[in-house]
Amino acid sequence: MLQVVCVKQVPDTETRVKIAADGRSLDPAGVTLILNPYDEFAVEQALRVKEKLGAGEVVAVTVGGAGAQTMLRNVLAMGADRAIHLKTDTAPSDPLAVARALAQAIRPLEPGIVWLGKQAVDDDASQVGPMLATLLGRPCVSVVAKFELSGEAAKVEREIEGGRELLDVPLPAVFTTDKGLNEPRYASLKGIMAAKKKTIEEKPAELGEPNLERMALELPPPRKPGRIVGEGTAAIPELLRALREEAKVL
Amino acid sequence: MSILVYVEQRDGHVRSVTREALGEAKRLAGALGGPVTAVACGASDVGLAALGESGAEKVLLAKHDAFAHYDGAGQAIAVAAAAKATGAKLVLMGASSTGKDLAPRVAALLGVGLASDCTALDAGGGKLVARRPVMAGKAFEKLAFTRSPAMATLRPKVFPAPAPEAGKSATVEPLAFEWDASAPRALVTGTTGETGGKPDLTESEIIVSGGRGMKGPENFVLIEKLADALGATVGASRAVVDAGWRPHGDQVGQTGKTVSPKLYVAVGISGAIQHLAGMSSSRCIVAINKDADAPIFKVADYGLVGDLFEVVPALTEAVRKFR
Repeated sequence: MLQVVCVKQVPDTETRVKIAADGRSLDPAGVTLILNPYDEFAVEQALRVKEKLGAGEVVAVTVGGAGAQTMLRNVLAMGADRAIHLKTDTAPSDPLAVARALAQAIRPLEPGIVWLGKQAVDDDASQVGPMLATLLGRPCVSVVAKFELSGEAAKVEREIEGGRELLDVPLPAVFTTDKGLNEPRYASLKGIMAAKKKTIEEKPAELGEPNLERMALELPPPRKPGRIVGEGTAAIPELLRALREEAKVL
Repeated sequence: MSILVYVEQRDGHVRSVTREALGEAKRLAGALGGPVTAVACGASDVGLAALGESGAEKVLLAKHDAFAHYDGAGQAIAVAAAAKATGAKLVLMGASSTGKDLAPRVAALLGVGLASDCTALDAGGGKLVARRPVMAGKAFEKLAFTRSPAMATLRPKVFPAPAPEAGKSATVEPLAFEWDASAPRALVTGTTGETGGKPDLTESEIIVSGGRGMKGPENFVLIEKLADALGATVGASRAVVDAGWRPHGDQVGQTGKTVSPKLYVAVGISGAIQHLAGMSSSRCIVAINKDADAPIFKVADYGLVGDLFEVVPALTEAVRKFR
């Protein structure tokens, strides 16, 4: 079975945000770019399925600028077999355009499973997975917390408010992965060496006309300065008074 | 022309995100024009007419036996059909686990842009602009829409649900839609409730979170007792989730949940930047930490410097007394 893993390069979660001079984008100075943390679970799960089946191919696909190749090498070092880089000039901020570009590249591969992280930690849109599934006409489960392959189908659990949904899913299908699904592996030295010889196919991403337009990127309004109410248990009465009378939250 | 709101139901009840979305739809109808129509997917019409009390003039019911459980593929087809049938210029739903799954499918079917997890919508001058957090709240973006209908999911607990107008009822009409339920699809076979009926972190009014300062998973009983006394939900920092002390669903921060409760109590959490991102839009923040220089105190409205193993049990006792 061929599996596709869609991955995205994003700013590290330790990033301190500075807005660029255009007022619409993140100032890239000093920002470290990493593989989207939720995509690590997607890569890991694809590799586990391949290992369980003892056969097949894992293809990593990304939409991104030239720098995305570093991330693709990382995914190849984890164990993906090859990669497709759908190149863009600027980071696209329109999930539907990204989903369309991915669908076009993925459709001819006829994958048994397409994996994506449940969201990218930069734009937090949580859109591309279900959009891609809709465009491909495949069953989809988002936010998968547990996955078990059984023949031509999968039994999965998905996080919902206050519990989980249990689902049976016929393959081929699309899944988006949540934290906790598995423990992603680190690339081994052997894997890093092997990754250097693996293929990254480059194509222009066909994004089409944008459906959304970012007008501005702003820092959150600063919080009003707070205060230390005191030390130790002696400060508890003052804390409760403040919560009731000043903040009025109790 | 209309504003369309998706009715989210679970176990036969309309979820509160739907009333919040109806309230926002009614407010926007002033600038964008109305009416406000709701679309429900279900096996029956029980309780739908009462959505009139929250501002829906009409409810379109996409009736199907398969909709006794959530079905993303089928419900997306129904909602897209409702958007077309009503000439909707805006489609709203809650940014819940259902809305986050359904809205992108509808947007893909309609070929339109979707703004997720919005915290404000502005229709000044008849042009809709959505404001939404990115990077778990480290920044906010403003998005404009180039296609119609515009689509947005609304962050739970941010938009006020309108006070119900008693006695006002919506007309309920069947919605025509074509869906082949025999096509391969993901089938919900059941649900489990892991949190014993407590609200999810993203929908909680009060959250008490514990961090590495708790020293071990066994000490979270202190956090749970304080949470019980306050009627709160328990959260956790990434450090303790990664250490396996708490389940992943409890994590607040950039690789966990972004929360905006009325009151957020951070206990033994130093305040890593990715944690602060996920909770700094809370209305009121309390920090309890023995290190007076911990970064958490920089975002806290009220800080208490002290040993949490003394402070938390005493605070729990004090809260129980006045509640």
